[in-house]
Amino acid sequence: MVCACGNPVKDVRKERLEELLKQYSKQKGALIPVLQEAQEIYGYLPKDVMEEISSKLRIPFSKIYGVATFYAQFHLKPRGRHVIRVCQGTACHVRGSAKILNRVESELGIKSGQTTEDLRFTIEPVACLGACGLAPVMMIDEDTHGRMTPDMVPEILKQYE
Amino acid sequence: MEKTKIVVGMGTCGIAAGAEKVWHRLEELIKKHNAPVELMSTGCVGMCYNEVIIEVHRPKEPRVIYGSVTPEMAQKIFEEHVIGGRFIKEWVIAQEEKQGQRFDELPEVNLLPFTEKQKKVVLAKCGVINPDSIDDYLYFDGYQALRKALTTMTPKEVIEEIKKSGLRGRGGGGFPTGLKWEFAAKSPGDQKYMICNADEGDPGAFMDRSVLEGDPHAVLEGMAIGGYAIGASEGYIYVRAEYPLAIRRLTKAIKDAKERGFLGKNLFGTNFSFDIKIKAGAGAFVCGEETALMASIEGKRGMPRPRPPFPAVKGLWDKPSNINNVETFANVPLIILKGSEWFASMGTEKSKGTKVFALTGKINRTGLAEVPMGITIREIVFDVGGGIQDNKEFKAVQIGGPSGGCIPKELLDLPIDYDSLTQAGAIMGSGGLVVMDETTCMVDVAKFFLNFTQNESCGKCVPCREGTKRMLEILQKITEGKGEPEDLETLEKLAYNIKNSSLCGLGQTAPNPVLSTLRYFRHEYEAHIYDKKCPAGVCSALLEYKILEDKCVGCGACARVCPVGAISGERKQPHKIDPEKCIKCGSCIEKCKFGAIVKG
Repeated sequence: MVCACGNPVKDVRKERLEELLKQYSKQKGALIPVLQEAQEIYGYLPKDVMEEISSKLRIPFSKIYGVATFYAQFHLKPRGRHVIRVCQGTACHVRGSAKILNRVESELGIKSGQTTEDLRFTIEPVACLGACGLAPVMMIDEDTHGRMTPDMVPEILKQYE
Repeated sequence: MEKTKIVVGMGTCGIAAGAEKVWHRLEELIKKHNAPVELMSTGCVGMCYNEVIIEVHRPKEPRVIYGSVTPEMAQKIFEEHVIGGRFIKEWVIAQEEKQGQRFDELPEVNLLPFTEKQKKVVLAKCGVINPDSIDDYLYFDGYQALRKALTTMTPKEVIEEIKKSGLRGRGGGGFPTGLKWEFAAKSPGDQKYMICNADEGDPGAFMDRSVLEGDPHAVLEGMAIGGYAIGASEGYIYVRAEYPLAIRRLTKAIKDAKERGFLGKNLFGTNFSFDIKIKAGAGAFVCGEETALMASIEGKRGMPRPRPPFPAVKGLWDKPSNINNVETFANVPLIILKGSEWFASMGTEKSKGTKVFALTGKINRTGLAEVPMGITIREIVFDVGGGIQDNKEFKAVQIGGPSGGCIPKELLDLPIDYDSLTQAGAIMGSGGLVVMDETTCMVDVAKFFLNFTQNESCGKCVPCREGTKRMLEILQKITEGKGEPEDLETLEKLAYNIKNSSLCGLGQTAPNPVLSTLRYFRHEYEAHIYDKKCPAGVCSALLEYKILEDKCVGCGACARVCPVGAISGERKQPHKIDPEKCIKCGSCIEKCKFGAIVKG
C-alpha cells in the first residue's frame, strides 16, 4: 500500500495477521482459532485473508471456505460496528422475544442477519444467550441487556454510536 | 482488623441485570469515604429473579443478602448499613448465619422457599467464592481430591470409586461415568485425551455456564482426576464462544493452577502430568455431539460420524478419548474426597446425586436450582420456583431442550430421574426446565424447537436434513390454519422414521418435542386443524381481535397505537377493528387500560 505522499504505509492489520499465522503455523487443529482471530482483526473474513491463511497453513482453500461457512460465528461480508443479538431461546420465546426483535428491526430498518448501510449495526440471529433467568434478553457486543420490553429498545440503541 | 466485605454477584445474569453499575457506584463510594471496605465479586448465586444481588458482611455479623439492587439502593445500603451499621430490612432477601451470629428479624437463606428443598453440592461454592481467586478455591479443600487420587489411589481405584458412586453423565444421555472411563482406560494407546464438553447450546439451559463462571477450578480438578484415571496427559475444554465471561475465568483459572503446580508436569511429585487447553466453539449446536465436537477441535466442519468406533477407541486425532460434561466433572472431586457412599446416599436407586436445573419461562422464581434426584416436578415448579407468574394456570414443563419433551400437569408428581423422564417422552438433557402456562401454544412450541433443530442440522444425513424440514413445513401449515386431518399421521410417521434412521443424537431426538406434544396435547393440534382456532391465543393467523362494546370508553388510545390504522370510531363511542387491515400485532391490547380488546 502506498500513501498519497509516495511513502509506503505499514498495514497494521496485515502485520497482525502474519504474526498470527507464524504463531499457529506448527499447531495441529489451528484453523478455527486462526479464523476467529483473523475475524477479530478484520471484523469479517475477506477472501484474500482466507487465501493468505490457506497458503501459510498449507490447507486447501476449499477446506477453509467449508469451515468458514459451517459455523455461525464466521462472516464473509463486512459487519456493523456493533452486533445486536436478540435471544431466540425457549425461555425468551415464551416471554415474548419476537416483539423485541421486531422492534429492533423496525427501529433500524433492517431484518435479522442484515447490516445497516452506515455500518453501525448488524442484527445477528442467535439461538440462546444462556441468560434465561432474565428473559427476554438482548446482547449488544459483549453487553447483555435483560428483562427487555420493546419500549426499552430505542434508548438502548442510542448508547451505541 | 477484619474489614467489612461487600460481595456483588457478577455472573452473566447479574451483569445483564446491571451489576456493573452497582459495582462502579460502590467503588466510587468506598473511595470517597476512604472506607476500610473490601469490594469483591462472585459467580452466580442462582437467584436470577433477584438480580442484582449484593451481600454485606460486617465483621462478627451474619452475611446480609440484598436483592434487586439498583445503584441508588446500593448507595443507601452503603451509607446506612456498611457505614452506619443498620441494615435496610425491606430490601433484605435473607441472612446467612456466621459463627452463631444472627439477626432475629431476618430469614435464614437456607430456609427461603427457593432454597429449602435444594441440596447444593455442585453449586456449593458458586456465589460464595471469588471465581478468579485460586486461594478461595483452596480454602474450600480445592485440589485436595486430586492430591488424594494421585498420591493414595491407583487409576483403577479411582475408576472403581466413580463406578461405585453411581454417577451418570450430566450432559444428556446419562451414561455411567465410571464405565465410560473404564473403556477409555482399557483402550490401548500411549496418547489419550480427556475432553470437557462445555458447548451448552440448548436454548433454555445455563447450568454449565454458571458452574464455569462460578467455580472454574472444580471443573479443572475433575478433568485432571479423570485424566489420571484413563491415562491421558492432555485435556481440552470445548466451550461456546457465546460465553465470553466463562472463557475469561477458565483462562485465568488454568494459568493460576499451572503456577501453583496443580496442572502441568509431575503433579504432587508423581510422574503424572496433565495440561488443559481451551477451544472456543464457533457457533454450531451439533458440536455438542461428541464426534462432531472432536472434529471441531481438529479444525474441521463439526459434523458427526457413525459410531463405532467409539471415542474411547478412536477419538480426537484418532487417539482414545473420553468426553464428559461440565457438571459431571464438577461432581468428581467431591466423590473422591467424600467417598462414593456419601454420593450414593443422595438420589434414587438408579439416579444418584443431585442435578442442577435452570428454571425459566413463566415461573415466579427463575434461576438455578440444585436438587436431589428423585424430587418431583411439582416440588421444583411450585416449591422451589414459586409457581406460575400472574396466578395463571400451569400447562406444561419442557425438559431437556430440543431433544426433550413437554410434561403435562397430569404428570406433575413424576420423580425427576433419568429413567422416569425417558419413559414420559422427555429426557434429563442438560437440565433446562422451561415452564409454560395457559397462554403458551404447544403447537407453536413444537414448531419453535423444530425450527431450531432444522437450522442446526449439519446436513450430513438425509433423514435429519430433509425430514425435519418436511415436519417443520407441516407445523407451519397447521399454525397458519391450513392444516388437514391427515397431517398428524404424517407427522408421526416422519417422526419415527427420523428417530430410527438419523446418524447422530441431534436427528435421533429432534422429533421428541413434536411427539411429546402430540402425546399429551393432541387436542391443541386438533383445535388448530378442525376448528381453525389457537386455544392459547398465540398463532396470529388464527386469531381475530375484537373490541367489546360495553367495555370500550372510546378514548382512542388503541387507534393511535395501531401501526396500520385498522381501528376507527367516534370519540367517546365504542371503536371497531377492521379485520381486513389488522395485522394482529397485539399493540392495542397492551395499550387498552379497560380490558376492552380481546383476541380469540
